[in-house]
Amino acid sequence: MHKYILRRLLLLIPVMFGVSFVVFTIMFFTPGDPAKILLGERAPEAEVQALRTQMGLDDPYLVQFGRFIFNALRGDLGRSLTTRRPAAQELWARFPATLQLAAAGVLVAVLMGIPIGIISATKQYSLFDGFSMVLALIGVSMPNFWQGIMMVLLFSIVLRWFPSSGYGTFRHLIMPALTIGTSSAATITRMTRSSMLEVVRQDYIRTARAKGLSERVVINRHALKNALIPIVTVIGLQFGYLLGGAVLTETIFSWPGVGRLMVDAIRQRDYTVVQGGVLLLALTFSIVNLLVDILYAYIDPRIKAQYK
Amino acid sequence: MSETLLDIRDLRVTYQTEEGLVLAVDNLNLTLKKGETLGLVGETGAGKTTTALAVMQLVPNPPGTVESGEIWFNGENLLKKKNEEMRTVRGNQISMIFQDPMTSLNPVLTVGFQIEEAVMLHQKLTSKQAERQARDMLKLVGIPEGRAGDYPHEFSGGMRQRVGIAIALSCNPSLLIADEPTTALDVTIQAQVLDLMRRLRSEFGTSMILITHDLGVVAEVCDTVAIMYAGTVVETSDTRRLFTEPRHPYTQGLFGSIPSLDEEVTRLSPITGIMPDPTELPSGCRFHPRCPMAAEICSQRTPTMVPVEEGHNVHCMIYEGLVEAKKE
Repeated sequence: MHKYILRRLLLLIPVMFGVSFVVFTIMFFTPGDPAKILLGERAPEAEVQALRTQMGLDDPYLVQFGRFIFNALRGDLGRSLTTRRPAAQELWARFPATLQLAAAGVLVAVLMGIPIGIISATKQYSLFDGFSMVLALIGVSMPNFWQGIMMVLLFSIVLRWFPSSGYGTFRHLIMPALTIGTSSAATITRMTRSSMLEVVRQDYIRTARAKGLSERVVINRHALKNALIPIVTVIGLQFGYLLGGAVLTETIFSWPGVGRLMVDAIRQRDYTVVQGGVLLLALTFSIVNLLVDILYAYIDPRIKAQYK
Repeated sequence: MSETLLDIRDLRVTYQTEEGLVLAVDNLNLTLKKGETLGLVGETGAGKTTTALAVMQLVPNPPGTVESGEIWFNGENLLKKKNEEMRTVRGNQISMIFQDPMTSLNPVLTVGFQIEEAVMLHQKLTSKQAERQARDMLKLVGIPEGRAGDYPHEFSGGMRQRVGIAIALSCNPSLLIADEPTTALDVTIQAQVLDLMRRLRSEFGTSMILITHDLGVVAEVCDTVAIMYAGTVVETSDTRRLFTEPRHPYTQGLFGSIPSLDEEVTRLSPITGIMPDPTELPSGCRFHPRCPMAAEICSQRTPTMVPVEEGHNVHCMIYEGLVEAKKE
């Protein structure tokens, strides 16, 4: 098991190298001159050229890529072209807010999705099942930004329960977390339901009932653990997606996260921040994936046996 | 005459399917005495497993329904019991071994725990005592007790079936229903498992219903036999008599399908035709379209039970004197 984790961590190196290569290359060939952005449109040509030489922008592609990798390995992602502060610092300062929102969103999604999915599966075709499946359909179909705006309208403007935007207290977290967690909750509900429906038809569930176990024990002890693999996979994917894709929600609620930073950086052609941001998101996504794979081993002993 | 343990009367179980209502078990009567082993024999789809699940009250619903009948067990009608009451019977007084050991054990729980939980539930033991009991049960079925912490995928099919037997016997039930316990196993392992079941039966004095389509297994293990065809019992007898003097044309057909070592027979004489579609069962005697002796009346009237000898009953109009037995 430890060997497996070590191997997976080592595998992160080529993955991150590949991501760096793609991101760097795209940015390299994107039209626009970082030196010009730094100095402003009206700066004299000679000054721009001097800065280009100083920043090494005239060096061949491979030399520049090598320098980027070398610096990135030391934690130096370059300086932001707009704020002039180190990009790594900018990103790192925003990361806790993103992590907090993503974790809160996933928590909302799991706490809603799994119980509703289980009840739906055990009472298939009941009124509850039909109702929750319709809700789940609405949940996945509803655009994030629309839901966010509607929540602001209802809970901030009409009812005045929660602040419409900002960051810091628990009250600030509730609406963004609900907004971001809704579609994940819907996805998790549907996955839990279908996974449970498959498991409750298995022979070993009949064996468990034949022992005289109560239905609650049969479902919670015998069925749920077997149904968990696809559910955990979806939760992991949703978490990774929330870590990187919270752009709209962060914008609506003025949440100071990485997503909003990235959008601003793209708009202002802040190459270094964009590059660094993509690297950070790729890294967190890979780590979440690894955690999910490790979790598999604790859920299913057959998978653990393969991890040797 | 020893005491009756299980008495099934006029049982009728149906399944609602897309093709229509399937009459899985109809007009089924069966009795089992204490300490006896009954072989329930029939082709696939004859309703053997459904009968067993009805006794356990585990017929999957939907689509299955126990429509009518009575199942008397130790003087109580199981069909009148509430689900909570039934749970104290299941796994405790009646337990079941399933056909496919590869899928019947929970893959994410250790085999030791799968035995323990039944013991803890019914015998109100502490987890320490239950663990001890689980290890003893494993030893009893020939699995080293040190393997209690292993998961089902770490065992072979035969060993998994032993675990299934250990689970079923862990609470010392008075009735054990084994649903084709050896069908999914290799022949050599089959012999081992049958041997084990026989040994444990005599050790614990458990009554048993052995569901099978293998007449060889019946001859080896069972005291009495009930032959099922299309959801109903057509002949019951003690094993020896059934093998020497099968009476029902279907039973005779079954024996005609087995090659004999003693007699010089060039061809087997299998039963012609196939099992009827369970949504459109034939009228009268279910077997009449395939029966070599069928007369006109066979399609018009349901045969009643005829005792041909003490403990040997046949559902066939030949023995009611309504149809003439032809010589083949």
